[in-house]
Amino acid sequence: MTQAPAGTAGEELLLASRTVGSGLREAELSVPDMHCGACMRRIETALGALAGVERARVNLSTRSVSVRWQARRRPPPLVETLQRIGFAAHLRDADSEAKDGTLAELVRSLAVAGFAASNIMLLSVSVWSGADPQTRDLFHAVSAVIALPALAYAGRVFFRSAWRSLRHGRTNMDVPISVGVLLAFGLSLYETLHHGPHAYFDAAVTLLFFLLVGRTLDHVMRERARQAVKGLARLAARGARVRRPDGTEAYLPVNDIATGMTVLLAAGERVPVDGRVDAGTSDIDAALVTGESRPQPVAAGGLVRAGTLNLTGPLAIVATAPARESFLAEMVSLMQAAEASRSVYRRIADRAASLYAPTVHLTALLTFAGWMIATGDAHRAITIAIAVLIITCPCALGLAVPMVQVVAAGRLFENGIMVKDGAALERLAEVDTVVFDKTGTLTLGQPRLVDRGAIDPASLALAAAIATHSRHPFARAIADAARQDHPSMAFDSVAEHAGLGLEARTGTAVYRLGRASWALAPDRGAIASDPAVIPSVARDLLRQDAQCAVRGRSLAALGMTAGAEWPAACDGPAPDRQPPDDDGVVLSCGGAHLATFQLEDRLRAAARATIEALARDGLRIAAVSGDAEAPVQRIAAELGIEAAARVLPREKVQQVAALTASGRKVLMVGDGLNDAPALAAAHASMAPATAADVGRSAADFVFLRESLGAVAQAIRVARDARRLVRQNFAFAVAYNVVAIPIAVLGQVTPLVAAVAMSASSLVVVANALRLPGRRKPMARDDAIGAAPALAALRAGR
Amino acid sequence: MIDFLYLVPISLGLGVIGLVAFMWSLRSGQYADLDGAAERILFDDGRDAPDAPARAEPDLTDRPDDR
Repeated sequence: MTQAPAGTAGEELLLASRTVGSGLREAELSVPDMHCGACMRRIETALGALAGVERARVNLSTRSVSVRWQARRRPPPLVETLQRIGFAAHLRDADSEAKDGTLAELVRSLAVAGFAASNIMLLSVSVWSGADPQTRDLFHAVSAVIALPALAYAGRVFFRSAWRSLRHGRTNMDVPISVGVLLAFGLSLYETLHHGPHAYFDAAVTLLFFLLVGRTLDHVMRERARQAVKGLARLAARGARVRRPDGTEAYLPVNDIATGMTVLLAAGERVPVDGRVDAGTSDIDAALVTGESRPQPVAAGGLVRAGTLNLTGPLAIVATAPARESFLAEMVSLMQAAEASRSVYRRIADRAASLYAPTVHLTALLTFAGWMIATGDAHRAITIAIAVLIITCPCALGLAVPMVQVVAAGRLFENGIMVKDGAALERLAEVDTVVFDKTGTLTLGQPRLVDRGAIDPASLALAAAIATHSRHPFARAIADAARQDHPSMAFDSVAEHAGLGLEARTGTAVYRLGRASWALAPDRGAIASDPAVIPSVARDLLRQDAQCAVRGRSLAALGMTAGAEWPAACDGPAPDRQPPDDDGVVLSCGGAHLATFQLEDRLRAAARATIEALARDGLRIAAVSGDAEAPVQRIAAELGIEAAARVLPREKVQQVAALTASGRKVLMVGDGLNDAPALAAAHASMAPATAADVGRSAADFVFLRESLGAVAQAIRVARDARRLVRQNFAFAVAYNVVAIPIAVLGQVTPLVAAVAMSASSLVVVANALRLPGRRKPMARDDAIGAAPALAALRAGR
Repeated sequence: MIDFLYLVPISLGLGVIGLVAFMWSLRSGQYADLDGAAERILFDDGRDAPDAPARAEPDLTDRPDDR
């Protein structure tokens, strides 16, 4: 990720790139912040100017830039360059960059069908308006010549799917479509060759065109969500620097790291495999892995899990398991088990098709039999039976579901919610229980200063100035809290002591910000107040104390204390009032207490409102977390929900399974690696954009903004969509109730078929557009909340 | 009747030209970045053509020296 040192970044870039011939390599970077032509230019100019870069090309639609450079040269510092000009960027995977062949095929098919439909319709209108038989036959022949290749080309999508389905002894919506289209074409061809008056070429091709519109929109919707999710920062390690037994170092892909290898981790990198710390001390942020909100210190001998973030110091770890057996892999296998045990969801369109296809085909068969018996005219009976098939061809039905879902997905997309596919919307509409994870889902997974009012501004400013030198979440929170009046204070040196805190020196003054036991360590202070110690040391330390006081006054002079007195610091140590190492972060000067900062994980925006809204809608709400009892209960009490703490990933799945077994449809909302199996097990699932990669790909929905309101909003839109889908189905049934008798009685001419089919398609499309939810007030709150969430993402959380 | 011999092929021909033009524009990557294209038209350096054709064939022959 962006914080990796340059060498590692270069090698990571190589891993994420691919060769593109003529000695060039290409990599794709996601740059979520660019939004205008000026951004494009700056990025292309800056990257194009780098040595060895052949070409940099921005794609504004996908917010990405693809860069080609000469393969024989060192990989250029792309991410660093972008960062310098003010754009956060991260690499995309080379292997997932395969061109979207399906979309291209659909669009080409759509173009061909559109061309054929418009031309055949042109000829058909002439026929309907009373062309003489000779002209009619000519036009039918021309139509056949256009329709044959068009159907063969544009119909493949449906024919393939129908064939696959039939071969497995099932039926889906594509079966009646294919049968209808092919029979219509066959009948029309026969009529044309025998100079018959009626040909249905236009119906066959127009039908295909309408259905392809639905199919293409459906695909575009899913693709857009997939792209957006792919554009998010990758949170798993791609590779790591490994020290071989012979002392050489190499950057290896995660999968090549074997047990016993020594992995070197810089601060800010993610742990690639499970391991034991060999050397170094640091803090480990496991929020994404286990749900623990508080970073844990580690030292030599400590165990670290794959996926956790190394915060403060460099570590050498010995791999205890290869990647495929690490914690991540364990979660993946749990996920697969959960997915396998989940009952297969049948999409509403497939359920409709399983009723629809037999009904329609039986009706056609009965019509044929009836006319045969009544008239004994085989040609006439077949013609009418096929007309029944044509008029009942599920044009409206084929559009009914995708149109609504495309509109719904578009609404959600506007509000920063990505939908994986249409089935997810259907499942979400059914949920009656919502299970939340805590860390990173109900909360942001980022601590926040809670007692800002109780801390005097000068101490806060000083602490913030020190804290900017660290990426520890607590330091970040303190720095953020003071953002409004940020001092640009210069220290002679700032050192980070892993697991303890930060130490800043200016002159002889020593400030410490960190664990109470360390910041208030009595050693120096004790020396100063003890007359028995070596005089020179004592003098030094006393002077240092004086420096602290001077510093305080100078802060006051700068007007930063806002009238507050510099706290009674440095008056001498107070070892007796040293608090235990609890939650607080302590700022000290020369061992004397200046201020204590209470930090707590903060709730997502609109969390309470969302919980209330969900409860009002009759949903049961629960929380399960891997975090410790105290923070979980605090959040639960704040939100008024039931919550379970210290829940293992396996137990989360079991809880979801138990709820499912009791007949409930569960929506799981979670972000951590430990939530991924539960996400897979639930009826529907949702994850924030800051979730672990596995969680993101397991979830049906991903919301990009900070506000938890996305959950309530998604459920609302899904329910509205379900209502509209049902209306569309009701309309389709009503249409058939009217149309089938007309067809059975042999009254359907090609003109009637064309009008009926087009009209019904337009009605369902128009109905789909009625979906409410454009620009709800909730959305505006979300827009405000978007900034911090994205900032957190950029910061590499 | 004889008019059809001209008119039908002409109308079809025009349609086919349109279809081929669309296919070509699709293939040459002109729909790959619609937002970007709208901005690029204002650039002075004239680099507003899409350069997708070269993207099409990833060369796998020199994979071995990847690592």
